[in-house]
Amino acid sequence: MTRSKGRGTLKAVNGKIDVVLNVNGKDLALQVAPVEYLLDALRREGFKGVKRGCDNGDCGTCTVLLDGKPALSCMMFAAQAHRRSVVTIEGLGTPCEPHPIQTAFVEAGAVQCGFCIPGMVLSAKALLDENPDPDESAVRHALDGNLCRCTGYVKQVEAVRLAAKKMKKTAERKSAPTILASPRGRLVK
Amino acid sequence: MNVSDKREFTVVNQRVLKIDSLGLACGAALFTDDVDVRGLLVGRLLYSPHAHARIRKIDAKAAKAVPGVLAVLTHEDLPRVRHTTAGQGYPEPSPYDTLILNDKARYVGDRVAAVAAETAEAAKEALSKIKVDYEVLTPVFDTMEAMKEGAPVIHDETDSKNIPDARHNVCAKFDFEVKGSEWFSEADVVVDQWYKTHWAQHCAIEPHVTITFFDADGRLVIRTSTQVPFHVRRIVAQSLKLPIKSIRVVKPRIGGGFGSKQEIVLEPVCAALTLATRRPVKIELTRKETFISTRTRHPAVLRIKSGARRDGAITDAHMEIYCDNGAYGPHSLTVMMCAGSHTLPMYQAGNTRFIGRTVYTNLPVAGAYRGYGATQGFFAWESQMDLMAEKLGMDPVEFRRKNYIRLGEGSPVFKAMGEGREGVEQKIASCGMDACFDKGLSAIGWREKKERYKSQAGPKRRGLGCAGLMQGSGIPEVDMASASLKMNEDGSFNLHMGATDLGTGSDTILAQIAAEVLGVGVQDIIVLSSDTDLTPFDVGAYASSTTFISGNAVKKAALHAREQIVKVAAKILDAKAEDIDLKDGKAVAKSGRSCALSEVANTALYYHDQHQIMGVASHYARTSPPPFAAHFAEVEVDTETGQVTVLDYVAAVDCGTAINPTLAEGQNDGAVLNGISYALAEEMAFSPSGAMTNASFRDYKIFSTADAPPLKTILVPTYEPNGPFGAKSVSEIGINGPLPAIANAIYDAVGVRLFAPPFTPDKVLKALKEKR
Repeated sequence: MTRSKGRGTLKAVNGKIDVVLNVNGKDLALQVAPVEYLLDALRREGFKGVKRGCDNGDCGTCTVLLDGKPALSCMMFAAQAHRRSVVTIEGLGTPCEPHPIQTAFVEAGAVQCGFCIPGMVLSAKALLDENPDPDESAVRHALDGNLCRCTGYVKQVEAVRLAAKKMKKTAERKSAPTILASPRGRLVK
Repeated sequence: MNVSDKREFTVVNQRVLKIDSLGLACGAALFTDDVDVRGLLVGRLLYSPHAHARIRKIDAKAAKAVPGVLAVLTHEDLPRVRHTTAGQGYPEPSPYDTLILNDKARYVGDRVAAVAAETAEAAKEALSKIKVDYEVLTPVFDTMEAMKEGAPVIHDETDSKNIPDARHNVCAKFDFEVKGSEWFSEADVVVDQWYKTHWAQHCAIEPHVTITFFDADGRLVIRTSTQVPFHVRRIVAQSLKLPIKSIRVVKPRIGGGFGSKQEIVLEPVCAALTLATRRPVKIELTRKETFISTRTRHPAVLRIKSGARRDGAITDAHMEIYCDNGAYGPHSLTVMMCAGSHTLPMYQAGNTRFIGRTVYTNLPVAGAYRGYGATQGFFAWESQMDLMAEKLGMDPVEFRRKNYIRLGEGSPVFKAMGEGREGVEQKIASCGMDACFDKGLSAIGWREKKERYKSQAGPKRRGLGCAGLMQGSGIPEVDMASASLKMNEDGSFNLHMGATDLGTGSDTILAQIAAEVLGVGVQDIIVLSSDTDLTPFDVGAYASSTTFISGNAVKKAALHAREQIVKVAAKILDAKAEDIDLKDGKAVAKSGRSCALSEVANTALYYHDQHQIMGVASHYARTSPPPFAAHFAEVEVDTETGQVTVLDYVAAVDCGTAINPTLAEGQNDGAVLNGISYALAEEMAFSPSGAMTNASFRDYKIFSTADAPPLKTILVPTYEPNGPFGAKSVSEIGINGPLPAIANAIYDAVGVRLFAPPFTPDKVLKALKEKR
C-alpha cells in the first residue's frame, strides 16, 4: 500500500497499482508495479526523451518536472507521481514547435551528443519559471545536478541566459495557451 | 578559381547550427534504446568477483530453470576465437587475447556468463543461480611489479596471438632511438624525473547499450552505441564465426563515447544471446557495470631524462613509459606509442630515445580514451619543460618558444613511430603555435598576474602555469573514409557516409564541407551516417580523424558530383564546363547566365541523357597534420586545506580552418573540462583485492556546472594544405593540457611539484609538509 498525501490511498491489486499521472498536460491512466520507477514507467509509455544515465540519482539526465520542480525520475516510484503533474522534455516543445529554451540551446551550440540535454533543459525551465533573469552563478547552481561530459558547460550556461532573454520577449508578446504534444503525436491542450 | 583551394567560404568556417541539435534538444532524436522492439529480451552479464581466478566449472542448470529465462551462455557455449575488442583497422595492432566470455577471470568485472530472459527480474534471478567454481589465483596490481620475474602470469593461455612477452605480462613493446652525439654530452643541464598517471574513465552519460535482433530476412541487426560501426560488424563476424554479409550494424544517435565506444564490448555477447534465443535482446549496462567492466584510460609510469644547453636548446630527450593495460590488451601498443609519437616531435632534440612497454595487471581493461597516450605523455613532458626552464633560469614560455617545432620542420619521430607500426615522414605544413602562445598569454593576463603574484601573503596563494601541445589528425596510411552524394530533383543532396557522429557534430561539419563544394546551403544536404548496409565504409570516429580524413572524403565526393553537375549545366547554359561556378543553389556561367540546380537535376533525371548525378569518393591520408595548442591555468592553492581551485583556464588551439567554429569551441571546451576534472578529482580507486570501490558518479566525481572554472577557448586560424578547406583535427588535443598546466601552476603558487595526479588536497598538503 502506498500512501500519497492528499491524493488518496493507492492499493496494489495482483501486484499492480492503478495510477493516474498527468503527463505533459494529459491524464495518463497506468498500471504500475509498486516498485516501478517513474523513469521506467515514462519510457515504457513512449516518453523516450527521459534518459537513463546512472539510475542512481547522480547524473540528472532523467530529470522531469514534478509539479513544476525538477525531480529525478530514477529516484522515485511512478506511484509517487499519482495525480501529480509530470512534464517531460516532449511536453516542453517539439521540433515543429520548440520551446524558447530548446531553441536557445540550439542557437548557443549547447547541444553536442544531446543525451543530457532533456534533463538540463527542464532544470533550466524550472529555474527560469522562478527567476526570469538569472545571473551566471544562478544558472550554474540550477544546472549543477545535470552532468554533461561533452561541452564543458560553457555554451549551456550561455544557452540558459539566451533563453531568459527570448522568454522575456515572448512573455511581453504572447498570452496564448501553450500547445503540448505527446510523444505519440496527439496534440493535447 | 579552383573550388578545392578556396579560402573564402560561404558555408565552411561559419557558425552553422548543428543539424541534429533541435531534435536532440526536444528529446525527439532516437538513441540506441529509444525504440520499442517487440519481444525484446533483457540481457545481463555475470562478472567475476575475483581479480585472478581460473574457472574450474560453471553450472548453469539452476539458472536455466528460472521461469522466463531463455538462455544462459558461458565460455563453453561460444566459439573459442581469440580476438581483440579494440575497434581498430584490420589487422589490429592489439593482441588477440580475449574470448567473448573467458574461461579465466583476469579482473574483478571480467565477464563469466550471459543471460537472456523475458524480464529483468528473471535475468537477475538467473544470474544469482549460476554456480561458478573458481580456483583463485594470486593477482598482480602494480604496473612495474607485473613485469618482474616470478610475477603471476595473467595470460598463460597458449592460443592468444601477438603478445610479445606473456611470461612477463608484457602485452606491447616498442623502442626507438636517434642519436646525433653522445647522450648528454652537449647538455649543460640534465633533469631526470619520474611521473605517474592514474586510472580514469570516459563517463559518457549514455552507458554502453546494444540491441540485437534478426530482421525478416534472417540477418542479424545490431543497433548499438558505437564509434566504430564497421569494426563492430567485422569483429562480431570474426568472434562468432558469422559471414559479414549476415550482419548489419546501425548507429543511431550516440550519447558520447570519448574512446570508450571504440571498443567492441557488448555487441558480440548480445549477438550471441540473439543467436541462442532467436529473439531480440538488449544489454544496457548500469553505471556501475560501465565503470567496472568497460574501458579506462591507461595509467602510466613515465621517466623523462632530458638535457639542454645553457642557451635553452634541448639536446637530449629520453622517454620511458610503462602503460598499464589491465587484464586485456586493447590499444596496448598504439596508446603507448602515441605517448611518444605525439609528444617527442614537439621539441627538437638531437638525441631522442623512446622505450615503451605496456603490461597486463589484474585490473579493469584500458582502451582508447580521448588524448590516447598523448595526455599521459604531455603531463610528463610539459612538467619536465618547466623543471628544465627553472634549472636553466629561463622563462618557461620563452624556453618553449625556443624549442617547439615550426612550419616546414619535420621530426625523425614522425617516420619512426606510427600507430602500432612505422609512421610517415612529414613536414609541418601549418603551425599556429606562436599565435596560440601570444593570444593565450594575453587572454589569461600572464604578465600582469605573474608580477602581481610575486608578493603574496596569507594561506591562499595563486599561480600560473602553461603547456604547449600537439596531437595528430587521423592515422596516416591506415585510416580510410568514404562518402557518397546523390542529387535530388530540388537540388538537394543525400550525403551518405560511414563517418560516425557520436555527438561530436561530424554530421554537421561534413554537410558544411559538401555544401561549400556544391554551392548550396547546409539545409540542402541530407545526412545519413554509419549504417553498414546503407553507407560506404569509414574506420569510424577515433584518432582525431573525422574532420581531416572523412572531411576529405566528403569533399572529394562533392567534387565528383560537382563535375557531373557542371557537365549538365554546360549544356543547359551553352557554356564550357570549366567556366561554370556553383553558388547560391545555381550553376552560373561566365557569361552571367545561370540555371537553378533543380533544373540541372531534373534535366539529368528526366529530360536528357538521363542519369543519376552521384559523387563517390574515398580518402586515405599520407600525413597526419598536428593541431597545436597552448594552455594556461591560473590556480589558487589553499595551503591550509590543500584545495586547488582553478580560477581561470585559457586554451588557444590551432585546428587549421575551423569548419564550424561553434562546434570546434565546444569540442575543445569539453576536452579541457574533462582534463581539469581528471587533474583534480577523477580517479578509479580499487580495494586490496582489485575491486573498484567508487563505481558511481557519487563517488567518482566528474565536474558539474558548479565545479567548472571559467573556460575560454581561442581558435587560432591557420590553413592546413592537406586538410579539407584547411582543416585539422580538434577533438582530442584539449584534454592533454590541464594535467601539466595545473601542475605547473601549483608549483608557481606554492613551490611544490606534484608528479602523480590527481592533485587532491591530501597530496598537496603532504607535499607542502615535506617542503617545510
